Amino acid sequence: MASTKAPATFDPDTFHLVEEDAHDHGHASPVLLGFWIYLMSDALLFASLFATYGVLSTSYAGGPSPREIFELPLVAVNTAILLVSSITYGFGMLAMEQGKARAVQLWLALTALLGISFVSIELYEFSVLIAEGATPQRSAFLSGFFTLVGTHGLHVTFGIAWIAIMMVQIARRGLDLTNKRRLLCLSMFWHFLDVIWIGVFTFVYLLGMLR
Amino acid sequence: MSASTDTELHGHGEEHGHGSRKSYLVGFGLSAILTFIPFWLVMSAPLANPGLTAILVILLAVAQILVHTICFLHVNTSGEGGWTLLAYVFTGVLLVITIAGSLWIMYHLNTNMMPGMTSGEVSTTP
Repeated sequence: MASTKAPATFDPDTFHLVEEDAHDHGHASPVLLGFWIYLMSDALLFASLFATYGVLSTSYAGGPSPREIFELPLVAVNTAILLVSSITYGFGMLAMEQGKARAVQLWLALTALLGISFVSIELYEFSVLIAEGATPQRSAFLSGFFTLVGTHGLHVTFGIAWIAIMMVQIARRGLDLTNKRRLLCLSMFWHFLDVIWIGVFTFVYLLGMLR
Repeated sequence: MSASTDTELHGHGEEHGHGSRKSYLVGFGLSAILTFIPFWLVMSAPLANPGLTAILVILLAVAQILVHTICFLHVNTSGEGGWTLLAYVFTGVLLVITIAGSLWIMYHLNTNMMPGMTSGEVSTTP
């Protein structure tokens, strides 16, 4: 039945349902919703990593426990850095709405610098742990810890690369429709990473210190 | 110019999506408070009961995630005709099932293991 109907409405240039545009709330660009769906699937990736860490978090294999190796002041600094980077990106989006390309680039640069500080502090923390012998190979707890926190750090690193690319794009083409759409996607990505970090500092660091 | 391109990105009459200066500042203020309290609870330990502290820390994290979702990610009932919210809620359900389910099952597996084989006891051996 469906196969006989399909050719009538099929248009090779349309990769989404044509009728979507007829709705009042339908986006002219389906990219934003698509990117949101990607973020939700990324959240599920983190869910499995959180579950893995949660299950393995007491399997020390005679190695160090969270209380012995975590430096909460360092984590607090990193949390503050990521939170401030969220609002600097937000101010960048407000500047984008006003069409101020220069201001957008400044806010993006500030956000990228905060992101670089975050990743640097995290790498410093990892290097201290590894120097102390708390390597990912030491115990299941440490494997889970490095995988979860490392995956988040990798996401932030890619976010920084994306910010750098957007700064080049804005410099070359200004705030055109395509760049605005990309900045909106990057905005969701960056804020999403901060949401994941709330889970990390709560379940890994704070609850780890209470154990 | 900004307004015309905005209409092309968002359907007519849709102004949310970027939020306002106020929503970012409110979100930042609330997040700062909701971050400070759990760190203070754990670092200076004003509560003698670690179990109570843990529950408070988890509740504060959930509150902060909701603040971020509303103030920074601008998830609401009308964005993308409600699909953003629907996908978010669905993901939340899957997330809770995955994490809580795994912990529940593995905790019971651990307690059903032979004595001396649970992870807790292994960790105390040198």
